[in-house]
Amino acid sequence: MSAVQTSSPTPDDTRRRGPLAEVFYSLLRSRTFLVGFAIVLFWVACALLGEHFAPYDPLADDIINALAPPSSEHWFGTDQIGRDVFSRVIVGSRDILTVAPLATLLATVAGTALGLLTGYFRGLVDDVVSRILEAFMAIPVVIVALLAIVALGTSKTTVIVVIGLSFAPIIARTVRSAVLAERELDYVAAAQLRHESALHTMFVEILPNVIPPILVETTVRLGYAIFAVATLSFMGFGIQPPSPDWGLSISNNYGMIGGGFWWTVLFDALAIASLVIGVNLAADGVHGALND
Amino acid sequence: MVFLGGQALPGNVGRAILGPFADQRAVDTLNHTLGVDRPLLAQYWSWISNFVQGDMGTSYIFRAPVAPFVIDALGNSMKLAAVAFVLVVPIGILGGVVAALNLNRPLDRIISLGGLSVTVLPEFVTGIILILIFGVWLRWLPISAAWPRDAGFFTQLYYLILPSLPLFLVLFGYIARMARSGMIEALDSDYTRTAVLKGLPWRTVIWRHVLRNALLPTITVIATQTGYLIGGLVVIETLFRYQGIGSLIFTAARGKDFPMLESGILTIGIVYAVATLVADFLYSVLNPRIRLGSDQ
Repeated sequence: MSAVQTSSPTPDDTRRRGPLAEVFYSLLRSRTFLVGFAIVLFWVACALLGEHFAPYDPLADDIINALAPPSSEHWFGTDQIGRDVFSRVIVGSRDILTVAPLATLLATVAGTALGLLTGYFRGLVDDVVSRILEAFMAIPVVIVALLAIVALGTSKTTVIVVIGLSFAPIIARTVRSAVLAERELDYVAAAQLRHESALHTMFVEILPNVIPPILVETTVRLGYAIFAVATLSFMGFGIQPPSPDWGLSISNNYGMIGGGFWWTVLFDALAIASLVIGVNLAADGVHGALND
Repeated sequence: MVFLGGQALPGNVGRAILGPFADQRAVDTLNHTLGVDRPLLAQYWSWISNFVQGDMGTSYIFRAPVAPFVIDALGNSMKLAAVAFVLVVPIGILGGVVAALNLNRPLDRIISLGGLSVTVLPEFVTGIILILIFGVWLRWLPISAAWPRDAGFFTQLYYLILPSLPLFLVLFGYIARMARSGMIEALDSDYTRTAVLKGLPWRTVIWRHVLRNALLPTITVIATQTGYLIGGLVVIETLFRYQGIGSLIFTAARGKDFPMLESGILTIGIVYAVATLVADFLYSVLNPRIRLGSDQ
């Protein structure tokens, strides 16, 4: 979060460097964070470089060798049109690792802005916006997504926007409660006495001080975003063929599960599981480091 | 809001049903029979007033009233949700209580970390892994929830165990975590210390003093989880090919069957509101410090 550096160099800020470095070191000491981060890093590497070390082209079919069980030739076997499952699992990390972080970023930006507005102004703005946000949060994300995607059509952008906007209220709520506490502090009163504009006070004075809760919320949301993207892809409303995406592969292959073709779905399921758990471990580590 | 999302956004309904190559006159006629060429507000009014009277409109696809489909599906979903809840509430609370009583010991770490891990996994992922283990390798449980016709209660139950397990896993983590933190707080409190110091047996202290206070927040969490549960049902019912409200919404969304879609979602909204109300009521019954209304 480079936003920390955007604040003006007040004395308060130079003092901040210390705590930030401390957070960094306590992250390095946290086993939970390191394990989670390593898992995430592994999948990021696969997403970026997977094509170069995947043994086969993840999209190349080979009908004669369709549904071959795992062997020394195809480590994870092949799917119903003979594509190499191992290569698909490696390259399959790419789309989810683009869509989910972008959705989280959108949610964080929109949620932070809304949270700052409602927390800073309170009163009528807060009441109106908060009620609308609560109404949004009452409907399960999957349902919102289903409605929006039916109405707007399926594309990566729709998925990003839908997930981003459905997560924004949750981040807004967190930011709002942090801002409510901050706005009573002297430095905010000082800024107001200097006749700084409301925007300046919100984004330059208050924002840097509420970064820690935003950071925690963002990492937690990233886990949920991966959850949501994978689920939508599995339902056929997310990432579209021919992408080797994990959720999509499972939805294409689980119909044959009764026939005993376990390798066509197990590895994708384990990949999603490991990525989600990795992100959550890292988020837990960040939470711990910022709250010590 | 549901109405706007479903009806106003998709544009031309007749075009969506008949496909892009249909004759414009046919599209217009269909739009007129369905009543979607009227102004939005008029449509909204007739939709909401009919819904209140129990008329949910006519399905675009089945050309039959929506209500029986929705009611059937809701019944099926409730069976599934009931099985999941009956399993998860006692076991989740027990897990949390056991974890809190063994705070920071290995048992606590296993329950907390295990609960956290299974909670964050998407239902279809745990579903697939469970199907593989119990349905494909061990062959203990059927892999689809579609039981044979006129199956008795126990047969239905048998078919519902596997689909309810992924829901169980997700909810277990939440409930156990809430129960655990509630317990820790209650165990740490002054009234617990007083109870111990006045010589009550440990068992009495736990049952009479700690549990009652510890489980209050848990009840709220359980009720808010119905919202989640409904989202989970959409996925689980698709995965196990189960004719519930989730798969009804999913099918309606795929087929652009808007009356069905809207009725399904509005029904879910009502269920959610009722669940929240019940939770508030239970909370006030269990917590003598809060009484709704005036009884003074």
